[in-house]
Amino acid sequence: MGRIVINAALCKGCYLCVEACRKKHIEIDDHLNAQDCYPVREAPNTECTACPRCATVCPEAAIEVFHD
Amino acid sequence: METNVFKRPQALTDTPTHYCPGCGHGVAHRLVAEAIDHFGLREHTVGVASAGCSVMMYKYFDVDTIEAAHGRALAVATGIKRTHPELTVFTYQGDGDLASIGLAETMHAANRGEKVCVIFINNAVYGMTGGQMAPTTLLGMKTSTTPTGRSLHREGSPLKMAELLSKLDGVAFCQRVSLHDPDQVYEAREAIFRAFEAQLEGLGFSFVEVLSACGTNMRMKPSDAQKWVANQMCQAYPLGVFKDDEA
Repeated sequence: MGRIVINAALCKGCYLCVEACRKKHIEIDDHLNAQDCYPVREAPNTECTACPRCATVCPEAAIEVFHD
Repeated sequence: METNVFKRPQALTDTPTHYCPGCGHGVAHRLVAEAIDHFGLREHTVGVASAGCSVMMYKYFDVDTIEAAHGRALAVATGIKRTHPELTVFTYQGDGDLASIGLAETMHAANRGEKVCVIFINNAVYGMTGGQMAPTTLLGMKTSTTPTGRSLHREGSPLKMAELLSKLDGVAFCQRVSLHDPDQVYEAREAIFRAFEAQLEGLGFSFVEVLSACGTNMRMKPSDAQKWVANQMCQAYPLGVFKDDEA
């Protein structure tokens, strides 16, 4: 199992990570961040495999990935 | 025990970038920073920035960086490397800077075999100035200066820099990669690592052309711009290793 930590302040809402995640573990938040973007967040009741495709495509280096 | 398998490289500062959402510059910056971290070069590296969207990269890399005049990044890099051969020197240039106004500097630095790394971002358009045609714009591609599409007879063919440079004796390593999906980003990471390795081994000029999406000027959302790179750019610009003196 894995875990991701998203730095929502850096997120610009490109959502490439949402498309990259095969487990649908990332979803769009409904609160704007300081950059006036809807950042991403972890989706409830989904699992992370620490693959780490989301962080690989993130242009902001805003995602850290941890593995058990 | 939990391990951190992916973290922000130390060679990147915490400063948010000014790039548009989904821009490939952010990923390319991170890959260069990962190479700097991997080889332990943070205190021994000088980057040379170009004119273009990446003009402010000195804010994002936690290494010494010089901003060169438009197109002259490789002239500046030549000076740094020759006076401080112990340093690792890289340029980070877009297609307008490297393949248009800086073409002479690029060709001659490569031909001289200057022992520097070049990270060349090819997004097929002038990004910073508003989407004008670049030397790398695809045939038929509409830009603000080719509103009916680039024409072979009017503007000529796209410049294939990796193919051109691979023919020069001074070039030790030359590869074209893309950033349009995670697997391609892994490939790009390996190529940039190899380019830095070639410099550390003193082999000569190393060049990585990175196909990158400019969704803003293509008038596409980021995911569609990635698909455009995969379907259109990768056809016009074949990926692969064009030269590797070590191999």
